[in-house]
Amino acid sequence: MAAIEILGLEKIYSVGFWRKRPKRALHPLQLKVEEGEIFGFLGPNGAGKTTTLKLLMGLTFPTGGSARILDMEINDPRMKAQIGFLPEQPYFYDYLTARELLEYYGQLSGVPAKERSRKVGEILARVGLSDSANVQLRKFSKGMLQRAGIAQAILHDPKVVFFDEPMSGLDPMGRREVRDLMEQLKHEGKTVFFSTHILSDAEILCDRVAIMNLGQLRGVGAVSDLLSSVRGKVELVWQGTVVPAALRALGADCHVMGATVRAVLSEKDQDAAIEALRRERLRLVSVIPVHMSLEDYFVEQVKPAQAKAGVSA
Amino acid sequence: MNHRIFHIATNTFREAVRDRVLYNLIAFALLMSGAAILVGQISFGIERLVVINLGLTAVSLFGTVIAIFIGIGLVSKEIDKRTLYTVLSRPVRRWEFIVGKFFGLSGTLVVNTFFMAIGVFAALLYVSRHFQKTDGWILVALYFIVLQFLMITALSLLFSSYSSPLMSAVFAFCVFVIGSFAEDLRGFAAMTNGFTRWLATGAAYLVPNFSALNVISVVAHEQPVSAQLIFYNTAYALIYATMAICGAVLIFEHRNLK
Repeated sequence: MAAIEILGLEKIYSVGFWRKRPKRALHPLQLKVEEGEIFGFLGPNGAGKTTTLKLLMGLTFPTGGSARILDMEINDPRMKAQIGFLPEQPYFYDYLTARELLEYYGQLSGVPAKERSRKVGEILARVGLSDSANVQLRKFSKGMLQRAGIAQAILHDPKVVFFDEPMSGLDPMGRREVRDLMEQLKHEGKTVFFSTHILSDAEILCDRVAIMNLGQLRGVGAVSDLLSSVRGKVELVWQGTVVPAALRALGADCHVMGATVRAVLSEKDQDAAIEALRRERLRLVSVIPVHMSLEDYFVEQVKPAQAKAGVSA
Repeated sequence: MNHRIFHIATNTFREAVRDRVLYNLIAFALLMSGAAILVGQISFGIERLVVINLGLTAVSLFGTVIAIFIGIGLVSKEIDKRTLYTVLSRPVRRWEFIVGKFFGLSGTLVVNTFFMAIGVFAALLYVSRHFQKTDGWILVALYFIVLQFLMITALSLLFSSYSSPLMSAVFAFCVFVIGSFAEDLRGFAAMTNGFTRWLATGAAYLVPNFSALNVISVVAHEQPVSAQLIFYNTAYALIYATMAICGAVLIFEHRNLK
């Protein structure tokens, strides 16, 4: 059974004064997330990540398509008892203390009264808020609110956890702690679905990622599979300061570095470039494959569509 | 009551208390103390009448202002601040949220009215040195005031479910003012003809009839309130509030949260 199954989910908003102008926030989206995965939902601002999460949480209604979580409809209260959600830049009832907030959410999630107090204490310790348990949230920093948000999302021991930009507002130590927490959740058998635009976090954490841009899915798969699906680049280094015209014609990115030249070009042009160096009688020092990072892949997927949108806009 | 509705109501009550809403009681206490002392000095024979009139009118106005100003923010504030996201992503149905909010604010108003009622009776005791049997009717007037609060809270929630807080406040105040003159509006409708009559009659029955709930003057003159009126007013207020809550739920069930 898939933990999350999105079947052509689509959202079109009506904008303008008379609400007659349609604005497509999400093109029909097909996506499946297996149980026990850490799944990264990546994309720049306006990619449709938060829209998708809001649709899955039943906060907005889809224009088309449907979704199932743990094989239940998205508005099924039985399903909602088994999921946790951290919204982007969370804001909570600031007149409550962290402990009262978690007690309240525990009540709403149906955590039995005799377990609630113990669970709240444990979760506060887990997110590093034990010392601030009795402080009103209005006195919390952004990072502390984010921790409180994470605490409320996992308090009731959900099977699937949705985090919208969980690293936002956290310092490097806080980010590290959240990454560790997500890995712990995975080891506990939970499914973690999180949106982010911090690619390094996704690269470290995720079993699979989906890349969204302008409301459309641009790619989905394991990070290694996505990167190997794209032909990489190679780095050539030769002695001297001469850059043959043929290499420039191949689109190589060349830099003279003292007594050597470093050029990065597409792997498919590697043989032609080496041949050009031989013709010029230049001494080749090294040929090294350049590993593509998730960031390179992301830019490659996102940039053309954004440029097109920029042109048409 | 469903336990989720109870918890939402309790949290709404706690919010009102921590937002220092009950501080209005201090202003009310000062008003009643001042009035009691002043009335005792300047009026002869009508002290009770003045204290009951002034006290119950103040209870009604203080509560109405609270019902409107908190009621209009009950839903919109939660949407604007996005506190609703973490509530509705739990096994909480939208109607439960609305009903919980309604009960929470209604509970706040009942507690508020209870303390203000103590103030009214204390002032009455101060000016007349003893209670009379007819003072029991003041409790009926207070009960009607609470019924009025239920209707105003429900209407504020209804407006709040689709409109901005400012517009909701305007709508709620307009309805309160028109509703306070509902009997006059019905009288006007009876005097007109044609389309105007149809329009005035429709408006007169659409707005809440707060004038039927106002028996302050009656109890101040130590006159009884009929059991029939108590029954009809109870049924009317509960049905009206329920319909307004149903309207709020219907709107909110289909609302996309931004």
